[in-house]
Amino acid sequence: MPRLEAERGRLHALIFEDPEKTLAAVRQLKGEGFEVRDVYSPFPIHGMDEALGLRETRLAYATLIGGLLGGLGKLAFQTWVHVVDWPYNIGGKPDLAFPALVPVTFELAVLFAAFATIGTLFVGRRLWPRWRSEKAADQPHPRVTDDRFAVMVLERDGSFAPGHFRRLSAGLGPEEVIEGWRVL
Amino acid sequence: MSAIGHSLSASQPLILGDPGYGAITHDVAGSLEGRPGTAWWAAFLVAASALGVGVVAIGYTIAVGIGTWGLNRTVGWGFDITNFVFWVGIGHAGTLISAILLLLRQRWRTSIARAAEAMTIFAVMCAALFPFIHMGRPWLAFWMGPYPNTRGSLWVNFRSPLVWDVFAISTYFTVSLLFWYLGMVPDFGTLRDRTRGLKQRIYGWLSLGWDGSARTWQRYEKACLLMAGLATPLVVSVHTIVSFDFATSVIPGWHTTIFPPYFVAGAVFSGFAMVITLLMVTRKVMHIEYLITDKHLEQMAKVLLTTGMLVGFAYTTELFTAWYSGNMYERFTFMNRAMGPYAWAYWLMFCCNVFVPQVFWSKRLRHSAAVLFVGSLLVNVGMWFERFNIVVTSLHRDYLPSSWSHYVPTLTEVGILVGSFGLFFTCFLLFVRVAPVVAFHEVKHTLAQQREEARHAAA
Repeated sequence: MPRLEAERGRLHALIFEDPEKTLAAVRQLKGEGFEVRDVYSPFPIHGMDEALGLRETRLAYATLIGGLLGGLGKLAFQTWVHVVDWPYNIGGKPDLAFPALVPVTFELAVLFAAFATIGTLFVGRRLWPRWRSEKAADQPHPRVTDDRFAVMVLERDGSFAPGHFRRLSAGLGPEEVIEGWRVL
Repeated sequence: MSAIGHSLSASQPLILGDPGYGAITHDVAGSLEGRPGTAWWAAFLVAASALGVGVVAIGYTIAVGIGTWGLNRTVGWGFDITNFVFWVGIGHAGTLISAILLLLRQRWRTSIARAAEAMTIFAVMCAALFPFIHMGRPWLAFWMGPYPNTRGSLWVNFRSPLVWDVFAISTYFTVSLLFWYLGMVPDFGTLRDRTRGLKQRIYGWLSLGWDGSARTWQRYEKACLLMAGLATPLVVSVHTIVSFDFATSVIPGWHTTIFPPYFVAGAVFSGFAMVITLLMVTRKVMHIEYLITDKHLEQMAKVLLTTGMLVGFAYTTELFTAWYSGNMYERFTFMNRAMGPYAWAYWLMFCCNVFVPQVFWSKRLRHSAAVLFVGSLLVNVGMWFERFNIVVTSLHRDYLPSSWSHYVPTLTEVGILVGSFGLFFTCFLLFVRVAPVVAFHEVKHTLAQQREEARHAAA
């Protein structure tokens, strides 16, 4: 759910039974100047990002930063251990035996990158354990995690034509239209 | 979408008979909501008993010491390291299916990825058990980690392959676990919305408040791709590092540069065999043959054929290199493998891994349930013996004939091996009862794409 604290208005939900109709509905509603706030679906719909005009996610930067921190940090630590803190002659090999430090450096880079990716996703999308699922109550239809698709249209004061909205949505072939599902 | 993937999906659907999105949820989630049948209880009883045998054998080992094993001064690694490498290898198929096939956009992975990932987690748990008890004093296992201590600090030696192994296996386990859980979050959301009471609270907690919003899906898909991109080099690095345990030593038969690719190919080979065995049983018990179709099994049989030939190539390359090196110790080791006291193990390995997979050239045999099942079991027998050959036969006749020895496992070691299978199957059976064994959001996505393609073909 996008953060709606700053929004005022009524939220309408159009419930569909298949992804193609959902995508077509989003395109048409947006084309007619309606504000589509969000779409709920049981699986990602191909082309929905563009239809909603979502910006490309920058999640990969988190992965990169995590990987660099883990890799460089571990390389520095290993160097410090074997060169500074306790140099130890093992089989006459040099203290700074760089190739031998690569495997552990690589593993730590991957480990930190993975944690950074998942951590950023979870925190950014507010995914964390809740005993009482407040988000479930935010779903316009109980089956949007099963086999239903919901398109959320925001009605702001003034700039919304209810008659036009009704005619248009009826033509999109929804299973159900929930007008004023939530007043914000 | 690659050309191969496209032509396959066009010729033969990945999901049979278009069941509809709701039916997929119903069938997969429904099996979690009902009570387990007699088949499940029978399997669980067997697995838990095997686990019990393992607990006794491990308890005895820890109480008395590793003198209870058949190891001796010459053969310092036996069943323990054989089993360790065997189980790590099993795990690799899961990551290959979930990560590498995702990057290659092979959609046939969706039905089987979840079960294969679960298999990875449990196999790595079994693998980690062996070095742990081989320490003899497992309560000092924390010495393997670099932590500030009152002895200096005396750090671990980061230049040692055994330390690399600690980092490789623990990273592999952690990242696989994260990836597995990430994949299950939307499915836990579905289960939360289907269940009531305590179950709903637990699934709700596990689903992290999943809502299926388009914005969440966008980030989620990206995160899955990034994790796949991380897991792909990771899985290659893990078995490479496992092979370094051998390859960086100076023991003839271990000290070869072919080991990393040879080990990775072998790992994928044995892992896919285990996936076939497991999924053939799972789909039968859960009645989801329309999701895990013969085509999925056929694809995996092709992977077996390919990787089987890769390991066959590695075996022959090893023999050639031993001869071509002109090194008498290297030559002797391989002559001893093929004709010495453990020759039966060598030829068992060779037959199971090189000859058996050749039956999968035939499409008819790839579709035969009996052939696939027996074939996949034989491959795993062969791959277990491959590790036994590498570990034991390279050691038992070393440079000095006066120190030559023979290794026979004791009942305790056999008990631990049985126990590791028990642990693996107990975990897997519990998993199929509490989490969706098929990733339904991914399968529904595949179904949507399949419908779209059918429409395009009709138009």
